[in-house]
Amino acid sequence: MRIRTGLLTIGVAGCLLVLTGCIGQSPASSGNSDTQLNANAKDVTLSISSNSIVGGKNDSGARWITQYVVPAFTQMEKAKGVTVHITFNGDGSDDGSYGQKQVLALRTGGGGDILEIDGTDVGDYSESGLIKPLGAVVGQDEVSGWSGWSQISKSVQQLDEYKGQAYAIPIGTDGRVLFYNKNLFAQAGLPANWQPKSWADIITAGQALKKVSGVTPIQLDGGTAMAETTTVNGFLPMLAGAGQLLFDNGKWQGNTAAMRSALGFYQQIFSQGLADPVLDEESQGRDQSFAEFAANKIGIYAESDYMWRSILSPTVGNDKMADRNSAVGYALIPAQNPGSGIGGQNFVSYSGGGVRLINPHTKYPQQAWELLTFMASAPAIETYETQYLGGATQVTGNTEVDKKLLAGDPLLNFVSTKALPVTHFRPSEGDYTQVSALVQQATADVISGKSPADAASTYATSLAKVVGQANVVDN
Amino acid sequence: MTTSKPTSFGPRWMVGRIGFYVLIAVIMVFFAVPMLWLASEPFDKNPGLAAHWPQWTLHNFATTFRNPNLVPSIVNSLLLCGAATLITIVLAALAAYVLSRVRIPGRDALLYVLLLLSSVVTGTAAMVPIYLMMYELGLINSILGTSVVLSGGLLPAAIFMLKDFVDGVPRSYEESARVFGASPRQVLSHIVLPIARPGIATILVWSFIQAWGNFLLPFLLLQDTGKQPAAVIIHTLQNEGGGVDLSSLPVFSLLYSIPVVVLYLLVNRRYGFRFHGGIKG
Amino acid sequence: MRRVDVAGLGVPRALAFIAPAIIIIAVFLVFPALWTIYIGSTNFELTGPNSINPQFVGFGNITNAITDPQFRGSLVLTVVYVAGSAVIGQNLLGFLLAWLMRSTPKLLRSIVQGLILLAWILPGTVVAFLWFALLDRNSGTLNALLGNHSTAWLIQYPMLSLIFFNTWRGTAFSMMLYGSALSTVPPTQLEIARLSGARGWRLLRDVVLPHIRGHVLTNTLLITLWTANDFSPYLLTAGGPNHASEVLPVFIYDQALNSSQFGYASAISVLLLVVNLVIALLYLRLLRRRG
Repeated sequence: MRIRTGLLTIGVAGCLLVLTGCIGQSPASSGNSDTQLNANAKDVTLSISSNSIVGGKNDSGARWITQYVVPAFTQMEKAKGVTVHITFNGDGSDDGSYGQKQVLALRTGGGGDILEIDGTDVGDYSESGLIKPLGAVVGQDEVSGWSGWSQISKSVQQLDEYKGQAYAIPIGTDGRVLFYNKNLFAQAGLPANWQPKSWADIITAGQALKKVSGVTPIQLDGGTAMAETTTVNGFLPMLAGAGQLLFDNGKWQGNTAAMRSALGFYQQIFSQGLADPVLDEESQGRDQSFAEFAANKIGIYAESDYMWRSILSPTVGNDKMADRNSAVGYALIPAQNPGSGIGGQNFVSYSGGGVRLINPHTKYPQQAWELLTFMASAPAIETYETQYLGGATQVTGNTEVDKKLLAGDPLLNFVSTKALPVTHFRPSEGDYTQVSALVQQATADVISGKSPADAASTYATSLAKVVGQANVVDN
Repeated sequence: MTTSKPTSFGPRWMVGRIGFYVLIAVIMVFFAVPMLWLASEPFDKNPGLAAHWPQWTLHNFATTFRNPNLVPSIVNSLLLCGAATLITIVLAALAAYVLSRVRIPGRDALLYVLLLLSSVVTGTAAMVPIYLMMYELGLINSILGTSVVLSGGLLPAAIFMLKDFVDGVPRSYEESARVFGASPRQVLSHIVLPIARPGIATILVWSFIQAWGNFLLPFLLLQDTGKQPAAVIIHTLQNEGGGVDLSSLPVFSLLYSIPVVVLYLLVNRRYGFRFHGGIKG
Repeated sequence: MRRVDVAGLGVPRALAFIAPAIIIIAVFLVFPALWTIYIGSTNFELTGPNSINPQFVGFGNITNAITDPQFRGSLVLTVVYVAGSAVIGQNLLGFLLAWLMRSTPKLLRSIVQGLILLAWILPGTVVAFLWFALLDRNSGTLNALLGNHSTAWLIQYPMLSLIFFNTWRGTAFSMMLYGSALSTVPPTQLEIARLSGARGWRLLRDVVLPHIRGHVLTNTLLITLWTANDFSPYLLTAGGPNHASEVLPVFIYDQALNSSQFGYASAISVLLLVVNLVIALLYLRLLRRRG
């Protein structure tokens, strides 16, 4: 017995020593610092990690990489006398799990040479020492010398930047607008060409729609089940309409007037029965909301252009709406009152999107950069849009391609010319994910009956614990 | 046969029997209704997230088999879970036998502690340690490595349950066999194993289904799509709109469920499927 | 290693038999578990500044949890979930079934047992879809059978739905364990008790229960542990609406993955372990008192 106890003690002590060593290590220190590493290699191995999988999630992206990018790039390099082997690490899980997996891979020096991540994660990953600015990985001259930057609009470039440095190349973006159902609008006696000028206009339309039986007047994403969708589709555009960004000048919005106004809008909608709380609370609530909108059961829906091109599309959509082009109207999201939006804006929008970056641990930084820029070149993007996306064109990371392709789609044209000029991007801060979760909780509180003032105050208290009271604005 | 004396076929007996069958029917409905989806939607022209009488078609099967990951993922599942089950069952049987037959001080307490720890390790919080440890061991992307981790989580409960089985084998058998000069190996292979076989078979099925349904461990530890089991691939079944791919999901669910059902039927036929045991107070 | 060694294994062979299991358990279970406990005493996050330099906070996470209303709510929900679906639901239904099966014709018995076992062996993801299909508000099978199209079961009655779900999912184990337990009750004793007029509850209490007390304990202990650590509520309700069904494993997942708070999540795992330990001790004590 005594011997066993002794062994146990030694074992436990040994374990603890190993443990303390392991989780504290800084992953960044192990990245390469030589931008010219293996620059002249004749035999090159590269891998691409993306949250897409053939036959499953983002099938078109996975097929574009495996059927077009890989052979075309291999061919291109072969002409220069370099043999390239590219493996594709497809995934297809939900974005949170995919992100966790990439973080673990990056911490241990693994992961694809080219990685696709969400633009909002750039700051977080940088703060965690997981990724480096492109200039540090492949060389400043290489990066600033790339001709493609001029074809990426300034607003889209916000996706790949953190603290003024480019970490990645954006894949594409989207914009949030108010979709509305013209059939239901006609039944409610509302105009076919609708553009609300204030939140009150939305409420008025909602009240008219409420008189049509079997219809949910407004769907505004809220609550915790909708997760990030609540923040970006619902709350942030409202906060922007009340004149504030969630994170500005190094400080987070706490219990402020704009915060209470945005939550107040939720209260108005839900307490008057203009929205269906079940849609926000179900774990498949977003899919249900899409299905109901497509089935002419929702009047007004604040969503990304993604709903238009991927859900309602009469050809490739999930919930196909044969009469989408005539039945679905769209309007800009108004500020609370004309001119009350950020910087005096009358209308607001929010955008997001994925980016591609180079793993700081890559053994072939120069070749990875070549591959990355190849994937971001106009011909490659155009091939993706026209041959793989099946007509569900989106706003890409290339203005030339957009000019050519978006003209044929009225909504995407509207988004790129009207919504993107007034759009904002989510803060790329390390704490954003946690703050976003608090925001979701605040909307859930209001939906379940708490007053906006109480919800905002609870939110601000939790916020101070996460980011520190010094970094919170209250007024 | 035990609830009534054979002579009483009177009205009270009839009411009792009717009540009995009504009760059984209610329970059967409770268990059967949720499964209707799996029986109807794979064969329906417009499969949805709700069960309804199908417009029969096998078209969904064609669609599902077009997914290049389907067949490999089921094969991977079989490899992964087969290895995990094999490791679990062999090691658990050996350990359970020793723990049942040799008195080790603090044996029960040790088993309880391990049982409790296994709940921590199968939770989300342990994923970071497990990932980092597997990375240090060079076992990321290894099906065998992942199966060993699965076994680690299954072993305590498997030992716990198997020990109950072995406890149920009377020691007198072994004692008399030894009196007649049988070696420990003979005792084990001719006496203990045959008696404990139904128990081993049952725990084998239990281990297999636990491994079969595990998503998080293989998801994190197997990065290569070509190595991922069905439990992971089923989560990737989305259409271009990002919604659940309803033409593939029901068929995939059905195919993914078949191996465990077949294993159960085989074991049940051969050994009978039963649990044993109880903690001796 | 003293006292009886009926199999004549001897110490070296006994050690050789048990060593492989111990090694696997030590490396792949005890080590990560201890590591998790250690992380629970830091403010480690998966990303962000605390991922590079986690600070030791001792019992800070534990004290935070105890004062965190969300954690306390989760704890209560976990107790409700375990009591409702395992201790009461699976236990009683499992026993009832085992009892009924004794006088059921063989064919019917195979069908009923097969059905109940099917619910137990189907993979969790598939089962989650089955229950969505059952409980969906608009097109769910249950609402279709009831002829109502307004009840969102998972939203309006989340805990009740989960309790029914887990009873459905897990009863097979109790049914089988009690099935073999009841076969240990000598039929002659039952017959004698019946002849002396014992019926129903008295028959159970005086004749059956004393024989199967050990089984009741094993069963209750195992299903309690499994249910307390059951993650499947996440697949059905994701803890919602607004945390109304956020049992501890879901709370841990939420803290770890959505908020990246691995230190806090690990500490909660430790607390969950303590809760499990308390329950296990309670059962053992009960057994000893009754015995």
